[in-house]
Amino acid sequence: MTAASIDTTARNSAERGALARARLLRGLLPALSLALVLIAIAWLNPRAISYFGFSLMLNLAIPIALATIAQMFVIAGNELDLSIGTFVGFVGCVTATWLRDAPLVGVLILLGSIGVYALLGALIQLRNLPSIVVTLGMSFVWQGLAILVLPKPGGKAPDWLLSIMALKPPFVPFPIIAALLIGLIVHFGLMRTSYGVILRGSGGNPAALGRAGWSLVKTKIVLFSLAGLFGVLSGMALIGITTSADANIGNGYTLLAIAGVILGGGEFVGGRVSPIGAVIGALTLALAASPLLTFMHIPPDWQVAANGAILIIVLAARVLISRRER
Amino acid sequence: MKRLFVLGALAAMLASGTAFADTSGKKIAFSNNYAGNSWRQAMLDSYGIVTKKAVEDKVVGAADIFTTADKEVPTQAAQVQNLILQGYDAIVINAASPDALNGAIKQACDAGIVVVSFDGIVTEPCAYRVVVDFKDMGKQEIEQMAKFQPKGGNLLEIRGLAGTSIDDAIHAGILEGVAAHPEFKIVGSVTGDWDQTTAQKAVATILPSLPEIVGVVDQGGDGYGAAQAFAAAGKPRPTIIMGNRQDELKWWKEQKDKDGYQTWSASIAPGVSSLAFWVAQQVLDGRKDIPHDLLVPYLAFTQDDFEAALPKIKEGGVATHEYTQEDALAAIKANIK
Repeated sequence: MTAASIDTTARNSAERGALARARLLRGLLPALSLALVLIAIAWLNPRAISYFGFSLMLNLAIPIALATIAQMFVIAGNELDLSIGTFVGFVGCVTATWLRDAPLVGVLILLGSIGVYALLGALIQLRNLPSIVVTLGMSFVWQGLAILVLPKPGGKAPDWLLSIMALKPPFVPFPIIAALLIGLIVHFGLMRTSYGVILRGSGGNPAALGRAGWSLVKTKIVLFSLAGLFGVLSGMALIGITTSADANIGNGYTLLAIAGVILGGGEFVGGRVSPIGAVIGALTLALAASPLLTFMHIPPDWQVAANGAILIIVLAARVLISRRER
Repeated sequence: MKRLFVLGALAAMLASGTAFADTSGKKIAFSNNYAGNSWRQAMLDSYGIVTKKAVEDKVVGAADIFTTADKEVPTQAAQVQNLILQGYDAIVINAASPDALNGAIKQACDAGIVVVSFDGIVTEPCAYRVVVDFKDMGKQEIEQMAKFQPKGGNLLEIRGLAGTSIDDAIHAGILEGVAAHPEFKIVGSVTGDWDQTTAQKAVATILPSLPEIVGVVDQGGDGYGAAQAFAAAGKPRPTIIMGNRQDELKWWKEQKDKDGYQTWSASIAPGVSSLAFWVAQQVLDGRKDIPHDLLVPYLAFTQDDFEAALPKIKEGGVATHEYTQEDALAAIKANIK
C-alpha cells in the first residue's frame, strides 16, 4: 500500500462521512418540520394535543398520505401524475355507490381503474409521451366519470369501511398507527427489496437499467399500478371518513400530493424518493394548512393567502437544507 | 362579593325557570368554503356587519370567520374538526358538499356544538338547515319566461358548478318548468360556474352551433356574461333571466332605458348568512322549538322594482338583505307550524 492510496482512502471516507451527514439531515428534515408545526399547534391550542385532538386533526391526513404515496411512485419513475386528485374523487364516488350496493361490481370497477393506470404507464413508456399531458387529460376523464357515477353529492360509505376508519385503538390514535403502517410497508417494499431498487433505478437512470436487460415498460407499468392502487386506497379512506361522496371531493389532492412528496425529501429527477418522508410530508401539509391556520386567528381576508404562505415557508425550509447538501 | 352576586343572579334565573340561557359568553364560528365571487363576498360582508354589532352589544362573545383556501370538501371537513378543538359553541357553515361533510358535522354535534348550515347545506340530521327553495326558483324562471315569450321557442341553459346540490336543484326546477310549458325547448346547455367570465366563454363557444335562441335560463352570476357573448356574436338579444348581481341589473336597466327590455331576476340573498347566525344564537339561547329545516324565500326582482334596488347594491356586488334579530325571529316563527 502506498502513501497516495492511503491518502485517497482517507479522503474518500471523509467525503463519505460528510455525504452521510447530509443524507441524515435530509432524512430528518421532514420529521423536523412536522415537529415544528406540532409545537406551533401545541403553543396556540394546547387542547389539540390530546388523543381526541390528534384523532380529529390527523384523520383527514390519512387519505392525503395515501395519495402522496401514489404520487411518489409516479415521481420515482421520473413522471408526474396530474390526475391523482380527480382519480381519488372518482374512487370515492364508486366507493359510496357501487362498492356499497353491489360490492362485486364495485371491486371490479376499482380493479379496472388500477388496470387503466397500468395501461397509462405502458402508453407513456412505449410511445414516449410526456406524462404531464397524458395525466392532465386523464384528470378530466376521471372527473367526468365521477360526475357520471354521482351526478349530485350523496351516496354512503360501506359500513365495514366506516367502522375501520372510526377505529379507536387504546393509547395511540388511529391516524398515527395508520400513517406508521403505510410508511413502513412502502419503505420496506421500495427501499429494502431488490425489485424496489430496480423500480427506483428505472426513474433515476433508465438508460443503464435498460442496458442491463430490465424491461422499462414493465417497471413503468408496476409503478403506475402501484400509484393506482394507493389512489384507490386513498379514495376509500377518504369516503370512510367523510361518510359520503361528492364528485369534486379529491380535486385538491393532486397538488397536495406533489407538495407532500417534495416536502418529504423526494425530488423531481426520478428515483430519489422517500416513502416515510412522503407520509410525514403529507401529515405536515395537512396540519400546517388547516389546524395551524385555524388556530392562528388570521383575519378572514388574509386566510387564503396565509395558507399559501405557510406552504411556501415549509417547502422553502426544505429547499434551503438540500441546497447546503451540495 | 362578585361571586355572591353571580350566584344570586343564577339562583334568580333558576327560580324564574323560564329565563333563557345567556349567550353573551358563547362563541360562534363561521366555516366558509369559498370567497372568490361577488355573491360570497356579499355574504361575508353581511355576516360581518351583523355579527360585529352582535359582539359589540354583548349578544354573543365572539363570531369569527374562517374561510378555506380552496373549494375542497376535505379541507373544510378538517376545518370543522379544528373548530371543534377550538371550543366553539356553535358553527355556522356554508358547506362545500351536502353529504360529504356529514362525518365532521356529526363529530361537532357529538361534541355538543350547534351546527347551522345555509346556502350550501349539510344533510346530517343533527344540524340545522336554512334552505332556499332553489327548485322553485328554477321553475319560476320558466314561468316568468312564458310571460315574456308567450310564443315559446328555444332556450339556452347555463348551469352552475357541476356536481353541487344547488346546481342540481335549480336544474331540476327548470326541467320541471319546461315539462309544464312544452312550448319551450332547451336546445343547449353550458356550464357557467356562476361566474360572468366563465359563462361568457361557454356561451360564446356554443352559440355558433345553436338555432335561434329566445331565452336564457341560468343560475345567477352568469346573465351578464351571457349577454356579452350574444352581443359579441352579433346574435339577437334573447330574454336573459338575471341573478341579482349589480352588473346584471345595470345591464338590464340600460336595455330597459333603450327599448323597454323585460326580464326577471332572482337569487338567494347573501344576507341569509346573518339569518343562520341568529338561528345559531337562538339555539344557544336554549330555544328547543326551532325546526331543523327552515325555509326562507329567495330574493326576486321584477320589471317594476329592480331599479329601486339597483343604487343600493355595491359596484360589483349582489342585492342582499341583512337580517336583524327581530327579522330572524319572524323568519323562524314563519317556519313553526
